[in-house]
Amino acid sequence: MARSDDILVKIRGLVFSHGRRRIFDGIDMDIRRGAVTAIMGPSGTGKTTLLKLIGGQLKPRSGTVEVDGHDVHRLSRSDLYRLRKRMGMLFQSGALLTDLNVFENVAFPLREHTDLPESMIRSLVLMKLEAVGLRGARELMPAQLSGGMARRVALARAIALDPMMIMYDEPFTGQDPISMGVLVKLIRTLNDALGLTSIVVSHDVAETASISDYIYVLSGGRIVGQGTPDELRRSDSPWVRQFMDGLPDGPVPFHYPAPDYREDLLR
Amino acid sequence: MTAPLQRLGAASLNVFAKLGRANLFLALALTGIPEILRRPGLLIRQMYVVGVLSVLLIALSGLFVGMVLGLQGYNVLSDFGAEESLGVMVAASLVRELGPVVTALLFSGRAGSALTAEIGLMKATEQLSGMEMMAVDPMKRVITPRLFAGILSMPLLAGLFTYIGIYGGYFVGVSLLGVDEGSFWSQMQAAIDFREDLVNSVIKSLAFGVIVTWIAVFEGYDAVPTSEGVSRATTRSVVYSAFAVLGSDFVLTALMFGE
Repeated sequence: MARSDDILVKIRGLVFSHGRRRIFDGIDMDIRRGAVTAIMGPSGTGKTTLLKLIGGQLKPRSGTVEVDGHDVHRLSRSDLYRLRKRMGMLFQSGALLTDLNVFENVAFPLREHTDLPESMIRSLVLMKLEAVGLRGARELMPAQLSGGMARRVALARAIALDPMMIMYDEPFTGQDPISMGVLVKLIRTLNDALGLTSIVVSHDVAETASISDYIYVLSGGRIVGQGTPDELRRSDSPWVRQFMDGLPDGPVPFHYPAPDYREDLLR
Repeated sequence: MTAPLQRLGAASLNVFAKLGRANLFLALALTGIPEILRRPGLLIRQMYVVGVLSVLLIALSGLFVGMVLGLQGYNVLSDFGAEESLGVMVAASLVRELGPVVTALLFSGRAGSALTAEIGLMKATEQLSGMEMMAVDPMKRVITPRLFAGILSMPLLAGLFTYIGIYGGYFVGVSLLGVDEGSFWSQMQAAIDFREDLVNSVIKSLAFGVIVTWIAVFEGYDAVPTSEGVSRATTRSVVYSAFAVLGSDFVLTALMFGE
């Protein structure tokens, strides 16, 4: 286990329910500083919910989430907002503001939170856009971007305030192989070049495993496996095996719970 | 057997819960006032979208309503040889009722529905969530400027509607049907009271501005974040606005003009 000041996000005994459905049932997790940590699991296991809990957008039923030593759910509103300025989040859809062009979208957090002169904002925005390879697309509106480009713009926006960590919500979903490759490379290089801490939520096993330092596998509200990508590939836990190998049936059943098939047909 | 009763109970609970949410929402939106004072650009931009872009619709509608009033008023009044009072009739109906009410109904169709759909879609596409994660309060950045843009635009638009409507009535009554111009204006001037009519008219349109815009931004913010949810919220926004405007118009009229 890593030293405690090495841990940026510390989750202890996290329980969260949505209506009557229990999404998390006592989760412990440590996200190491400077590393790319992946959270994987089948769809509907609440991976996105976990990011929202870390970002303080949702409150857990019990348990704690500490980010950089602050208990996220005990912070006052202004302290939470101050903490969020140091956390970037990349939404699945990109969540770009549709009435602003690419340049203004990346400039948005800078304009909201700083009083920098226009010339400096311009330089900063161009630097961030250059980092994601879209400096030439600054005049485009979000509607003119492909899905992959929108995510890269959102990434440039997420790093605009030089955060300490970035959370990626399903960054690879629905991407063609080329833009998938671009995103995979960007996540790793940005993490190392800017000294970030990255949390990647995904169910794309191969891509995610290729860039992560540590992986948690979630299923049914619990952590069913964890380790480095190599350790998980060698794991003999049926949960991890099913997920890593993409088997249709296993501990996560192929069938949604249903009454007996024969009886159902003959009724 | 108790099922209908249960449904009734659940439905009424939902109504009260929603009213509660709407009130909390308004209170939160009001906390954004310092933000729009600090950055008036946010408000001005929304006033352009909500107010200025509604001007053509309001002006044209005002003109036609005034012309119809002139025509109908002339037909009735001339039977009694009282066509000189046409100015009073046109001005009183526009200032007291039609100006604020019709403007509010048009405004909710033109600007209110757009606000609901815009905010609902911002929610559905995670733009509001995204702002929160960028430590920008969507309440202050998105809701408050739109709310106040609507509240401030309504009296101005209602004034424009009334103004142009009176000229519509003048055009039909005086220019086309030959009512005496002097009596048209002088009787209007004598009969329309500043406090009783004009001030009350402004109060009404301000109240309708609050009602229509509040409903519009709240329905958008409270929408189920799917295409169906946004479509329903937009419909509700216009329907509730119409009911609320007409209902509160009766109450306001009774308070202002009732004996």
